[in-house]
Amino acid sequence: MSSWAKALVLWLCAMVMTPWTLALPEGLDDLGRPATEGEVAAWDIDVRPDFVGLPPGSGDVWAGEEIWLAQCASCHGDFGDSNEIFAPLVLGNITEDDIATGRVASLTDPGVTRTTLMKVPTLSTLWDYIYRAMPWNAPKSLSPDEVYGLVAYLLNLGYVVDDDFVLSDTNMAETQARMPNRNGMSLDHGLWSVSGVPDVSGSACTTDCNVSVNVASSLPAYAMNAHGNLAEQVRDWGPYPGLWTEPAAEPEQVAAASAAVEAAVAPEAALTAGGCSGCHQMAGQLVGPGFAAIRAKYAGQEHAAYVRDKIVNGGAGVWGSMPMPPMPAVDDEALQQIVAWLTSGEE
Amino acid sequence: MASDAEQGQLQPAPESFLPKDLVEDISRDGINAGRRSLLQGAFAAATASMVAPALMADDDPDIVNLPSWTRSLGKPVVANPYGQPSPFEANIVRRQSPGLTRTDQSSVSFTPLQNLFGMITPSGLHFERHHQGWVDIDPRRHRLMINGLVETPLVFTMEELLRMPSVSRIHFLECGANTGLEWGNVAVPTVQYSHGMLSASEFTGVPVSLLLERAGFDRKRATVLLAEGADGSSMTRTINLENALDDALVAYGQNGEMLRPENGYPLRLVVPGVQGVSWVKWLRRLEVGDAPWATKDEVAHYVDLMPDGTHRQYTSIQEAKSVITAPSGGQKLLKQGYYDITGLAWSGRGNVEKVEVSVDGGRNWRAARLEGPILPKALTRFHCDWVWQGEEAMLQSRVTDSTGYIQPSRAELVQVRGTRSIYHNNAMQTWRVGADGEVHNVQLG
Repeated sequence: MSSWAKALVLWLCAMVMTPWTLALPEGLDDLGRPATEGEVAAWDIDVRPDFVGLPPGSGDVWAGEEIWLAQCASCHGDFGDSNEIFAPLVLGNITEDDIATGRVASLTDPGVTRTTLMKVPTLSTLWDYIYRAMPWNAPKSLSPDEVYGLVAYLLNLGYVVDDDFVLSDTNMAETQARMPNRNGMSLDHGLWSVSGVPDVSGSACTTDCNVSVNVASSLPAYAMNAHGNLAEQVRDWGPYPGLWTEPAAEPEQVAAASAAVEAAVAPEAALTAGGCSGCHQMAGQLVGPGFAAIRAKYAGQEHAAYVRDKIVNGGAGVWGSMPMPPMPAVDDEALQQIVAWLTSGEE
Repeated sequence: MASDAEQGQLQPAPESFLPKDLVEDISRDGINAGRRSLLQGAFAAATASMVAPALMADDDPDIVNLPSWTRSLGKPVVANPYGQPSPFEANIVRRQSPGLTRTDQSSVSFTPLQNLFGMITPSGLHFERHHQGWVDIDPRRHRLMINGLVETPLVFTMEELLRMPSVSRIHFLECGANTGLEWGNVAVPTVQYSHGMLSASEFTGVPVSLLLERAGFDRKRATVLLAEGADGSSMTRTINLENALDDALVAYGQNGEMLRPENGYPLRLVVPGVQGVSWVKWLRRLEVGDAPWATKDEVAHYVDLMPDGTHRQYTSIQEAKSVITAPSGGQKLLKQGYYDITGLAWSGRGNVEKVEVSVDGGRNWRAARLEGPILPKALTRFHCDWVWQGEEAMLQSRVTDSTGYIQPSRAELVQVRGTRSIYHNNAMQTWRVGADGEVHNVQLG
């Protein structure tokens, strides 16, 4: 057991509360049933750093490369170095010395892109994750042998293993002992347990505190619109309107934006503004027939001219004795929306 | 669309304007040209008689000219069988940070904290973080398995879980990477992007402790749980048994209804006080174990890089943090006078004890008013009166939690952790209010 693993065990034991018991309500034992062996096997596919859960199998670098090029390279690049879709997996920032010490030295260098292989201390993680979640659009379609091959290929890309390497369940542990950052993890922090000890503390000063109030960082003007126009990302009628960050002129844009909101609520807004909803409701007769009945009767573009005429000029006798008056308050835009909706035939 | 004034305030009920004999006439014989002109004349007269009274100089036209919604029949019930926000709130939505991720399935959408009230996030505005897309799960086909160090591995249906004793609790849910873009410098303009991987809900579900008890877990050996999702990523995280036994839930309810699919429908883990990635969505399995799993999101991501090149692993607790949500970055104060500075405070270790607000960049502080109820591992809303007289101001908030922990300034945090750890940035936020009223995200130093 490595010193890190020993520390981990001690750390975990220290963290767990004293065992405690809870009385189960009577009858609760009836809820839930025993899982079958097959069910557990189907779902319990996790692999721990001590390789509990690792299925038998093997794969070599060449087999891995073939699968890689077919199923992985489109996202990660042929050599796992692509930064197009995901952060790079391997970039060659790992040295012989890193493999010897188990600490990737370049992690202290802010100029070096952090890759997966620079961080991951445990080979089990790569195996587990590829097996459960890859490829991206068809997770759980790889066989254990294919996963062994892919992990071997990834390690080869990082110069952790040679070209002729075969990874299997029998040499996972010794291969893990070559992981470049296997000693790079720290448990020396207070963020695992709710009762952990914080590493940073703020000041309690309340008056005339000695702090710098110089602005050390702010967004440059050219970046203000990088997240889109902020004026359209806040409640625009409240006490704090958003800053207009789009290069285009402000007032016209505001008018257009609010017109777009109105259009989005039609035809209800048009029906209300035009006075239609005074006599018609969605379903069922009010003064005039329900819109649902009108829409059912006049579904289809061929009725548009007729319906338009009825709204503009009024009519009577079709739905009963109550006449439909001409509707001068319906403007052209609203008329178009209402007619289109009444004749659309869509539910 | 014509304004109310142009429309001439037409009253809608036609029978009120038509002479009784004309209606009878039309009913009997239908409309002909003569009657149509009579009808139109009647409506024109009605229109003229209903024009609004003349506006006096001090009159608000929105009061004096009754708006259309005051003069019309409203919409019927169930026009929206599932209610929607007013169309005038269309700006208040979840948003992505452009360029943050290059796939929309492994990505984030941020909660619009700048316009929310109180201590609960509407379910439809709860931030999203998916690792391999979100899924629609048929609850009749969903199962929860409990295995590992237990007497009997068990399988539960959703129907069984909903029959079990349940609790409802309000908790915050914050991504460990919330404010992660701001470690090195100011990178985003608004609180939505700087702090919007934060939401809070009332969650309803079954205590994990009850399920572990039912399965007969091994008290002597168990130290951790593995939580696993049913989605394509089958995401896994190691959970401290301490949290699991204390207040973790297997939750199906969120704000009184079932979870939203983006938030894990029909079942998710709730681990109060712990970062969001551990609240595994679409939860299918809990495994009791005696050693952590070092899953992908415990070695390649969600590890905090320190200046010495080590990564802190299994960092889980969300330490106390607060932020002013209004006024906040990207907004503008239009006039001088009274403002209610308001924001949120929370702690993964307990209750919010105190929030202080500074308007001069941290030189002087005064206590904010906390809104109740103040609940453990939940959001607490705070308020602070402020009269702005047009001066430049630097707004900050600082929380103290029930353990006595005080939220650090950015300088205090960076001094220990450097600027490259991505996760667990709980530094105080500064909003600079300019003399022009514009509010900008700044860092002091």
